[in-house]
Amino acid sequence: MSKIICSAAIRGARKIIDMAEESYEEALKKYGADHEVSFPNTAYYLPVIYSMLGAKVEKLGDMKDIFQECRTLMPPVVTEDIWLPYLAPALDAGMATFFAEEMYEAIRYLNTPNFYTKTEDPTADNIWLGAADDVIFRKRGVEFVDGTAPGFAAIMGTPADKEVASRIALELQEKNLYIFMHDQTGGLTMPDLLVKNNVQVGWNTRLVPFGQSYTTAVFAIGFACRVAMAFGGIKPGDYKGNLLYNKDRTFAFVMAFGPVSDEWYANAAGAINWGFPTISDYDIPEVLPTGICTYEHVVSNIPHNEIVQKAIEVRGLKVNITKIDIPLAFGPAFEGERVRKDELFMECGGGRTPGVEVLISKGMDEVEDGLVTLEGPDICDIQQGQNLPLGILVEVAGRQMQSDFEPILERQFHHLTNYIQGIMHMGQRNIMWVRIGKAAVEKGFSFKHIGKVLHGKLHQEFGAIVDKIQVKLFTVEDKVKEVMALATSVYTERDLRLGAMTDETEDVFYSCTLCQSFAPSHVCVITPERIGMCGAYNWLDGKASYQINPTGPNQPIEKGECTDPDNGYYVGINEFVNQASRGAVPEVSCYSLMNNPMTACGCFEAIAAMLPTCNGIMVVNRDFLGMTPSGMKFTSLAGMAGGGMQTPGFMGVSKHYMTSNKLFKAEGGLKRVVWMPKMLKEEISEKLKEVCKNIGMPELYDMIATEEQGTTEEEIYKFLKEKGHPALEMETAV
Amino acid sequence: MSDERSGCSSCDMITGASTKDLLNQDLAKQVRTAYDRIESRGMSSCLFGSSGTCCKVCNMGPCQIIDGVDSMVGVCGATADTVAARNFARIIAAGTAAHTDHAREMVRGFIATAKGETPHEIKDVQKLHVLAEIFGIATEGRDKNEIALELGNKALAEFGQQDGLLTMIKRAPKKQQAIWKKLGVEPRGIDREVVETMHRTHMGVDQEFRNIMLQGSRCALADGWGASMLSTELTDIMFGTPVPRRAIVDLGVLKGDHVNVTVHGHEPLLAESLCLAAEDPEILALVKKVGAKGLNLAGVCCTGNEILMRRGIPVAGSFIQQEMVLATGAVEAMVVDVQCVMPSVAQIVKGKHTDIITTNYRAKMPDAIHIQFEEEDAMGSAKKILIKAINNFKKRGDYYIPTDKKLDVVVGFSHETINYMLGGRFRQSYRPLNDNIINGRIKGVAALVGCEHYKYADDVHYKIAVELLKNNILILATGCAAQALGRKGLMRPEAAAEYCGAGLAEVCETVGMPPVLHVGSCVDNSRLLIALTEMVKEGGLGESIADLPACGTAPLWMSEKAVAIGQYFVASGAHIVFQNLPVTGAKAFNKYLLDGMKEEYGACWDYEEDPIKLAHKMIKAIDEKREALGINKKQDRVLFDMGMRRDLTSGIPGMGCGQK
Repeated sequence: MSKIICSAAIRGARKIIDMAEESYEEALKKYGADHEVSFPNTAYYLPVIYSMLGAKVEKLGDMKDIFQECRTLMPPVVTEDIWLPYLAPALDAGMATFFAEEMYEAIRYLNTPNFYTKTEDPTADNIWLGAADDVIFRKRGVEFVDGTAPGFAAIMGTPADKEVASRIALELQEKNLYIFMHDQTGGLTMPDLLVKNNVQVGWNTRLVPFGQSYTTAVFAIGFACRVAMAFGGIKPGDYKGNLLYNKDRTFAFVMAFGPVSDEWYANAAGAINWGFPTISDYDIPEVLPTGICTYEHVVSNIPHNEIVQKAIEVRGLKVNITKIDIPLAFGPAFEGERVRKDELFMECGGGRTPGVEVLISKGMDEVEDGLVTLEGPDICDIQQGQNLPLGILVEVAGRQMQSDFEPILERQFHHLTNYIQGIMHMGQRNIMWVRIGKAAVEKGFSFKHIGKVLHGKLHQEFGAIVDKIQVKLFTVEDKVKEVMALATSVYTERDLRLGAMTDETEDVFYSCTLCQSFAPSHVCVITPERIGMCGAYNWLDGKASYQINPTGPNQPIEKGECTDPDNGYYVGINEFVNQASRGAVPEVSCYSLMNNPMTACGCFEAIAAMLPTCNGIMVVNRDFLGMTPSGMKFTSLAGMAGGGMQTPGFMGVSKHYMTSNKLFKAEGGLKRVVWMPKMLKEEISEKLKEVCKNIGMPELYDMIATEEQGTTEEEIYKFLKEKGHPALEMETAV
Repeated sequence: MSDERSGCSSCDMITGASTKDLLNQDLAKQVRTAYDRIESRGMSSCLFGSSGTCCKVCNMGPCQIIDGVDSMVGVCGATADTVAARNFARIIAAGTAAHTDHAREMVRGFIATAKGETPHEIKDVQKLHVLAEIFGIATEGRDKNEIALELGNKALAEFGQQDGLLTMIKRAPKKQQAIWKKLGVEPRGIDREVVETMHRTHMGVDQEFRNIMLQGSRCALADGWGASMLSTELTDIMFGTPVPRRAIVDLGVLKGDHVNVTVHGHEPLLAESLCLAAEDPEILALVKKVGAKGLNLAGVCCTGNEILMRRGIPVAGSFIQQEMVLATGAVEAMVVDVQCVMPSVAQIVKGKHTDIITTNYRAKMPDAIHIQFEEEDAMGSAKKILIKAINNFKKRGDYYIPTDKKLDVVVGFSHETINYMLGGRFRQSYRPLNDNIINGRIKGVAALVGCEHYKYADDVHYKIAVELLKNNILILATGCAAQALGRKGLMRPEAAAEYCGAGLAEVCETVGMPPVLHVGSCVDNSRLLIALTEMVKEGGLGESIADLPACGTAPLWMSEKAVAIGQYFVASGAHIVFQNLPVTGAKAFNKYLLDGMKEEYGACWDYEEDPIKLAHKMIKAIDEKREALGINKKQDRVLFDMGMRRDLTSGIPGMGCGQK
């Protein structure tokens, strides 16, 4: 019965608005109208309010108008009989609920700054993380746009049993969803139960404890609103665009456990505006007719063992999963999970023992598909704490296989191994490091399972290229060293070949529209010397991906005539981008920041921005939280560069591009770079120094300022002058 | 009950509870109503007239034509097809003329309001801006009255426009517009189409029935997408776009201890002024002085619909009840303007305390009092009228008000309301309606509109509605038909569970709406054109109105306006079923209306006397559309993976999505 739900939602909304307004009045007395309010480190203000109304709540006093808006949206209560239509009023009340809750939570940050941990993982004494800041949001946003996370489950309350709670969490993880947890049921909270059951909780395992009050549901909704603005290019205030974007593209839903209060109904009604339905385990009324959501709006009374399946069906989500036959859970949600010291059973590589992984191609008759061998002791043969050397040799064969594809396939080892619950993989090649958790061992983990995973997943993802895969694992030192020797020669040869490849030597570049599911007008152009700005896809990836799926997101672009080698204008590129961006971007340069720069979806590793006074370019990476000389933090800069728009002077770049010969070629290359955060400079220092040397200016490395020299243009200018930075002598770039 | 009444043996045709109750009272038995007159006239309708083959356009006749009998063509040689088509087109022209003159008055009142010359104001600024955009009027930074004045002047110019196209034609689905262009029936100017129709049906001009009906369609389109639409839209802007309200539609809304003033007719300008004047302190003081508890305004016929929709003012009676309202003896004055006012009302009150007050120079009647409603002194006129009524209160004699039979209604379903109620302020659209039609919860949409009359029982609308609801067909109703359904309780939201099939009931419950939506007065049938267009634009139900699983009927049609409405619906692609049409005496013309028009417009006329069979013709028509759309069988749930989401075109900035 929609009537019961709508009546309750309207009642709940009223209570919530009253409560929020009361807290606002108190805060006003305490701090005054001019006191600043915000969620931590975000350029999106209070994101639901900002995205729906276009209003920036920066000071306490700004809330007055929003409360007025809430009151305007609030309908009268639904009468017992001869009622007026209530669905629309309930949806409006739900919207008002979110506005009120967002203000309520913002005031909470003001009153109790450390109420939430504001971190990626729970701390020792607080499990509740609070709203995602823009660093977390952008980092996780990548997974939304490339499809590794199709959406999220906003969970209210919890099942009472910790095993049941863990199983539901696991099932949701296996569907690759993020799990946002809020509030409690009967005094129990889901993150507490998970932790009690030794489940790792935090952004890394996609099990995110947002807050212990239902009002934190706005953190989940605010996340969705930001996805639309940051990646979808939806403007603040374009409420319909934002809501429909989320309805069509963010596969989120509310999952409620236990009795549903008026306040929960108000939140559920609000979520329906975004096309997010509610699935409940409790005996509440249902709303089945479709329309605002893609399918049903409220589905209830679902047993715990069916609730995840039901939820994704109601939301209309298809998750393509191949079952890998191992006794452990497997999927992207476990990629970020860690094996901590207390949980560690044993480890391989990482400087403790020799460790190496390599993939090579062989003749068709040299490979037996599905063969997984282990030479040396397995997990069951050793004691806890006994580390082993590890060599992983994968041999593949296929009619479409090229040696160029070897590194691409090999690079998958890292995340594929990490996908196994309880196993942690770091590094690559001969610096790889695998940590095996006790929990995995208890479930019967064997080294051969790594082989099974690699065989199964490589077949699934690269089936168009490889026909046969065999995996040989070694845990005896002499054999591992044999593999190491083989690997070293393979690596050397490979690096030489790739190093020789330039934009001039190749006639075909590759497009990447992988993120068009979330950033519909954005097109990346990947060249041999310019890797995708997300840092995840290089030219070879594009080539391999096209082989695998000729109609997929990576298409070859005949670069055509080069009309301007400095800016990097190519006839073929322009034609392609114009068409693939659906007319939004008619012209794009491959090497310029100032002239028709490449657009970005929003999931760039770093942002380059012009500093007019310094006549140079600064680059800031996503993880740097501080102020930059541009006068903006990363989050604000991201707003300028993202969303598929061309904004001359602002551009998303990958860290790798920083050491490319084509870096800002139109503006004079690396010599134009004047500032970057210390952490970034150190991360790429080795290669950066090399490039400095190659361009005949080894001293340039030390001329590039960091936050240590300053975070204003004036400070940097002074430093550059002192050092005699070449940018100051170059022709003006603006 | 019927046999207790003197002089009326046909009163088994009356089923309305309050009407029956009232007519059973001694004081009402004295009143001679239409039922009695049918009885005492003693003769049935002329066969030639009712089959469309009586020609009296020149003085060589009148000629009665018999199709297929060579000797029975007209004196001039006119065949049955020519005569019936000319008569039919003239009905359309007369109906269009009525809407046109109504609309013209509303536009003039709108202009006067924009100039600040009336007691009214521009209420719905949002809608003003929507219309301004359609008419190409700049809005940014401009005062509402300035915009309104320009809109009013442009609207007024559409009446006398000679060439070009009526502006609102372009609101129709592209496919409809293309059809009209191809057939050459795009209306040029409103008055011009009426005049040309009258000319072409004059003796010795247009003799070919298809050609006559091309002009008939053009004239009707000038009504639907021109005059009627202008009236609805500008009236909304001026008096407020209807929103959902509770109200009562029944004789029982009259109040024993109040001064009862009923407003009857069509134009809400007068009624709105009366509403304002009724709050005037001078009037209130006078009411008190005569010993009444208050002043009770109540509507009759479509004036009733107008103030019901916009103000929630109750409706005392529909067209067939205008005499019953007076028969209560409780009405101090019935204030009338134009259209559908029976001259008998002045006879019924002879010798009683009730005054019939005519207010429009166009519409006077014997034995009524005339107080001209002066636009430039609207409040003065309104007060004068009310004072006349109030002074009658003390003279009231015996009266009877049936009070315990009345049922509530929920009204106010303008296009804007429907759009809003399906998604709220932030997600408003017709999507849920289309979705639930596509998934089969709702089979289709029916328009149940038009008048009432005395030839058939007064529950025809109800019977049709019950049948449609049972079959999961959502009903949009206007005019006196809407009131008839309201009186039977179908406009209570509770009616969904009582009358509808499971699917429709579920959707009604989800939205909280009654299964029959009151869309407005008869001029507001233009709202249905907009609603149908919106369904097409929302997507998934074809490219034109003709593709939609929708069907219309005006079963108890009485006024010529109903035929104009019917024709503009058919020409706009909506299938229409009446109970009868005056065309049956002309075989080829009849076949053209029932069949041939479909090839031209994608829709045609039909008629069926029996209400249940009529309902089933509508259901069948809707089923055929569902079949053609391929939505007649259960569809599998589509689950989306990332690839499918990449291919979506929605949510792309600058691609038109999220713009409005």
